[in-house]
Amino acid sequence: MSLSSALRGFGRFWLDFVVGDDWKIAAAVVLSLLVGVALTLSAATGADWLAPAIGAIVILVFVVEMVIDVRGS
Amino acid sequence: MGSGATWGLLAATFTASFVEFVEALTIVVAMGATRSWRSALAGSAVALAALAILTAVAGYALVSWLPRSALELVVGALLLILGLQWLRKAILRSAGLKALHDENEIYRAEVAAARAAGEEQRLGLDWFSFVVSCKGVFLEGAEVVFIVITFGVNAHDVPLAAAGATAAFAVVVAIGAIAHRPLARVPENTLKYTVGILLATFGTFWSVEGLGVFRPGSADLEWPGGDWSLLALLVVWIVVSRVLVRVLPSIADRGVAAVAAS
Repeated sequence: MSLSSALRGFGRFWLDFVVGDDWKIAAAVVLSLLVGVALTLSAATGADWLAPAIGAIVILVFVVEMVIDVRGS
Repeated sequence: MGSGATWGLLAATFTASFVEFVEALTIVVAMGATRSWRSALAGSAVALAALAILTAVAGYALVSWLPRSALELVVGALLLILGLQWLRKAILRSAGLKALHDENEIYRAEVAAARAAGEEQRLGLDWFSFVVSCKGVFLEGAEVVFIVITFGVNAHDVPLAAAGATAAFAVVVAIGAIAHRPLARVPENTLKYTVGILLATFGTFWSVEGLGVFRPGSADLEWPGGDWSLLALLVVWIVVSRVLVRVLPSIADRGVAAVAAS
């Protein structure tokens, strides 16, 4: 086995490990956390609503992804 | 860490590890029963040794290189991705939109592959049994290691997280030794649903806390009530998933009707 194929296999293993078999879930999590970053940067330090609001966004994006997934299947 | 969070950590690592160990055991039993127990167990032993090294290296790297909030963000996001993948499949199966995961079917497929494979011998071992068992145990075990490290480091209690996984390992090995056949009686979809909910709960909690890395001083974002928010998140994820199980079939039907009408 050559070095390049070993590296490709190693990369594929970790990509599969992190992203899993449905890339849309990974994309939904990244998207919701990016919105969370924007809110964190713009909100006042110590705002009580910030963590629950970002949590709600994570859940909402997951629900939207599931609905789109089922409609498209 | 409060006692609620302690039990949550133990339950999460136990159930998540249990599911992975069941999958690994199915592969090892299929190889052992059809080809060579000695080679299948040797492959499992090599995989466990490799996993021990991976755990030591990854655990040290995580703790030494990353600030706390960045660690929470990274591992929380990874847990969230893993948990939501499991939750998605469990919801679709519960809603009747995806076939149930069948360990018997996996066992039959592994047995068929084992019987079709050649008789290559290396180092005095049946090479097919050795390689398949080694790969199966390593891949499933890597997920357990990931769960133990991330839960343990974030909850500041790696030994407790490891204890949860070790207990799951002992239970699965005991079941395997007694039953000596595929673990089809373990209600895997229910377990995966539970694990998906737990991973989604902890993943949401930690990834949101970790977003504090973008604030001056990198202090964690605060959840109202601290660790008690975990319980609220758990309830919300359960409610949301049950609503999706109820609603998704009708959405799928409407999609089929719309395609048929167009």
